[in-house]
Order: sequence, then structure tokens, then C-alpha cells
Amino acid sequence: MPSVKMPRKSTDTDMTPFVDVAFLILSFFIMATKFKPPEPLKITTPKSVSSQKLEEKDAIMIQFDSSGKVYLSVNLPKKEDENLKKDFISRLNNDAKLGLSDNEMNKFVKNSMVGSPLNELKALFALPINEWDKVKQKGIPVDSANNELSRWMSAVSQTFQGHPVDIMIKGDNNAKYPEFKGVIDALRFNQIFKYKLITDPRGVPVGSELYKIREAGGKEDQS
Amino acid sequence: MASIDSGGGDSGHKKGPGVKKAKKLSTRVDMTPMVDLGFLLITFFIFTATMSTPTTMRLIMPKDEKNPENQTEVKESGALTILMGKSNGVYYYEGQLKPDGSNFMSTTYADIRNVIQKKRTDVMQLGRSLGYAKDSADKDMVVVIKPNAEATYKNTVDILDEMTINNIKRFALVDISEPEKQAITLTEQRNGVK
Repeated sequence: MPSVKMPRKSTDTDMTPFVDVAFLILSFFIMATKFKPPEPLKITTPKSVSSQKLEEKDAIMIQFDSSGKVYLSVNLPKKEDENLKKDFISRLNNDAKLGLSDNEMNKFVKNSMVGSPLNELKALFALPINEWDKVKQKGIPVDSANNELSRWMSAVSQTFQGHPVDIMIKGDNNAKYPEFKGVIDALRFNQIFKYKLITDPRGVPVGSELYKIREAGGKEDQS
Repeated sequence: MASIDSGGGDSGHKKGPGVKKAKKLSTRVDMTPMVDLGFLLITFFIFTATMSTPTTMRLIMPKDEKNPENQTEVKESGALTILMGKSNGVYYYEGQLKPDGSNFMSTTYADIRNVIQKKRTDVMQLGRSLGYAKDSADKDMVVVIKPNAEATYKNTVDILDEMTINNIKRFALVDISEPEKQAITLTEQRNGVK
């Protein structure tokens, strides 16, 4: 009797297309990724419908984290603007009588993110820059009794008179309102009324006024 | 693609009877570890990727006006005051806060849009009856935003964002007053907000 032989089929599948797809996606993500610069502060920003992208411009950034510590940083990427930073810190030095040496002020030019009360600045600046991160900075006081940020901002408005800078505020979701108010008050005190809040994008709710305006192709009031 | 044809046996020239057939080794490579590695890297890049670039929201605050003559007057009919308390609580009242607090309402961040919308339609209707131009019928509408000390920054930004969403042109961030603070505390106690 002739036996019927069933052709035995292999159970392993050809993985090759799978690998192809996987590496295609992988290469996409590698190319699309822009690594975040390391941030000394962990801040989750709130969401807003604003469609204005964050521009890489000269900016004074005021940040506060969830515990309400306020930090100030000067973002001037251009090399030739370094004398402005120097100008800024020496102005503050004279104004608040910090007693910083020239060498210490040069450290600020290199790493201009500070979150210490004025009376602790000298001690912070005495350290080498790479040890700044290890120091637990207390944050710049912004309470109404002792709003030191307003002295910083006064130095800002004097230094950057002829050099346009954006004032950016980046706050954490869970920060309380008084910190934000302290920041606004410091700005208001120095006659600075226009600033930008850094937020994450979110979609415009369907059916809202803004939605209708954008549907109609109109430009919304950005003020 | 990756499997290379290893010269499929029968095809090609015939070998003589004395020629020993070389043992055929499969050239197929096991791809599974490669796939594993590939997807591991993909997940890593997905998690570290910053897909959404941050946006900025412009905020322009009014100048401090010490002189009462120059201060902006707000029509009571067009005023809506939004107050924010702890645990994402939102409260509002129209016009002025009544001494007995009967127009002090509590709402949520999801419903505040309807409140603003309703107020806006009311004000526009009133504006039209007063003979305002069609595109400025809501010019009397002013939203006063008053977060208390326990409201978060997120709450504040959410309400400011709501102004953009509802196309409110006049709004102000104002310090909360004592009776309003009390009204919030009382409502929070009554509703058991922790």
C-alpha cells in the first residue's frame, strides 16, 4: 500500500521582515530624538492651547518647582553676549553689596542658573562650578516681605535695556499660587508687564470660541 | 532577504559517483535575539524622545494704577469673578459678592467653560440692547481671576487658558479679598474638601 506522505511544514517563521520594520522604526526614533539638556529642576509644566512654539531666543528664565523654590537663569547662547552676563552680575553685586570677586563673577558667566538667597550667593560662588549641583539651594525668596527676585529683576531691566530679552516663566503644576504671585510682583515692581509662560501644548476643545475662530482661519488675539 | 540561498541541492551540475557530498549547513540565522534588541532600543527611544516641543503663552499684566481716577471701572453687569481654592476647587460669582453669599457658586474645571460661555452670551445680549456694535457687544465682559493661597500654578494657568479658549479679551489676575477667602473656606468645609 502506498503510504501518503504529508509534507512536513516548519513551524518557525521568517523573522526577517519583522527585523526590517523594527529597525526602520528604530532609525526613525534615533533621528527624531533630540536629547533634553540635563535640567537641574524637575518641572512638569501645565498645558495650554497656545500654539506659539518656544523660540530659542535670548531669555531670562524664572523657574519654580513644586516645592516653590525659585531659580533664575540667563540664557544668552551667543558668545559675544557674555559681557552682558558679566555686566548683569556685577550690577547685582554693587546693588546688593555681595562682595563677589571678579573670579566668582566669571563663574556666573559660565553657569548662570542660580537659586540662592542673596546672602548665600557668596558661599555658592566660592565653590567650583561642577559642585553647584550638589549644593541644596534654597531658592530665591519671593514672599512679599522679602522679595529678592525683584532686586534681580531690577538688575535685569537695567542691564538689558538695549538688548531685547524675553522673560520666561516656567512653573511646576503643583506649585502653589503665592510663588507665582511673588514672581509676578517682582516683575511688576520693575515695570515688566509682558512675559511668557512655558507650557505644554494641548488641543483646542471642539466647539469652543477659540475653536470657531481657528476654524474660520482667523488669527486669535495673542494678548 | 537575510536568508541566503545555499545553492538548492539538485540544481546545478551533477557530481560523479565517487564524489562525496559535503554536509550542507544551514545559513539561516536565528533572528529572534536581533528582534529583541531592536525593540528594546525602540522602547528606549520612545521613552526618551521629547515629541512635543513646549509652547509659550503670552501674558500681559496691567500696570499698577495707584490713582483711583485712572483705574478701570468694571460694570457690575459684565463682571464674573472666578475664585480658585485647594483640591482643584473653583468658585464663581457674578457682579458683586452678596453679603449673605447667595450668589457664590461652586463648580469644577470642566464646567467653568459653560459658566463663562453663559455669562458671555448674557453680556452680549445686554450689549446689543444697549446699542453696542456687533463685534464689540461683549466689551463690558470682564473676568476677574482670584486664586487663593492654596490654588496651584496649574489651576491659574488653566483659568488663564480658559480666557483664550473663550475669547475673553478683558481679564485680570487680582488678589483675593478677606470675605472671599472666608466664603471659600466655608464652602470647602460644607462640601468636605480636604
